[in-house]
Amino acid sequence: MSEALAVDPHAHGAVVDEYEPSLTPGNSGKLGMWAFLAADAMTFGAAIAAYGALRYNNINWPNPAHYLGITTTAVMTFILICSSVTMVEALTGIQNGNQSKFRIFMFGTILGGVAFLTMQAFEWHHLLVERGMSIHRDLFDATFFILTGFHGCHVFGGVVYNTVLWVRGLMGKIPQGKAGLVEIAGLYWHFVDLVWILIFTFVYLI
Amino acid sequence: MAAQAAMESNSAHAEHSGPSYIAVFIYLSVLTGVELLVYAMNFPSDLKIGLLVALALAKAVLVAMYFMHLATEHKGLWVIAATPLVLVAFCYLMLRPDLSKRAWAHVSHTTPRAAQPASAAPQS
Repeated sequence: MSEALAVDPHAHGAVVDEYEPSLTPGNSGKLGMWAFLAADAMTFGAAIAAYGALRYNNINWPNPAHYLGITTTAVMTFILICSSVTMVEALTGIQNGNQSKFRIFMFGTILGGVAFLTMQAFEWHHLLVERGMSIHRDLFDATFFILTGFHGCHVFGGVVYNTVLWVRGLMGKIPQGKAGLVEIAGLYWHFVDLVWILIFTFVYLI
Repeated sequence: MAAQAAMESNSAHAEHSGPSYIAVFIYLSVLTGVELLVYAMNFPSDLKIGLLVALALAKAVLVAMYFMHLATEHKGLWVIAATPLVLVAFCYLMLRPDLSKRAWAHVSHTTPRAAQPASAAPQS
């Protein structure tokens, strides 16, 4: 990392660092995204921690397997992992100047996100209408819908974000030099995947 | 093992080459499969929970390190990434004794959910 050095006129010729090296040289937006993700992780973390604290030693807590479909959710998890792979391959494409690869894999990422949301919508419909679950009913239902709903909103936001980037890519407005924009979007998308990995385990499997 | 060696051999500063993302995907898929196996087996509760949490954390670390490129980023970013974990652990440890002990201490283990008296409702 390069550092700009200056002479402090008040320090009798001592050399002073003018700039502090960046944690993300060349891409300030990446640091901003990391800071946002840290804040978002605290939000999700607090929600999951509260869920765990409410559930611990609670004999009234129903067995999730009696209500929630593990097979469907496992497929959803796999789809989201696949979409993370397509996202990182899209980034590799744009970093190497391969516009075609970027467009194809970014579209695949968007498809993965849409598939996840569709399956989650079907799951919610099944639980709300056929199983009679409701956010008002009890803590199990409330924590389930709040955690998965909050995460689903993040997935929706990520799909919109990726779609905007994809469309801009189609218009030729994301050259190789702007690969940092895709990297920043990738950080958000991988974070969404990471949170789902944790929600799948704590809410569905445990 | 070969895939992991391939990942580790790549330079941290190489912009056009990186870890084998397919290898990471395979690891994630395998770990997901193991999670489902552990879920399906009749392990004791504590062992099952411990294994599932460990597997989930392993997957989360893989995603953070290789998909989010934390492994090749400045180590200062690790502080940003790790801070929420510390706060979440603190939040859970502070909430658990209060919520679990106060709310459920008077509920009988033999009383069905529907038949519990109003006095067993969680205290605010």
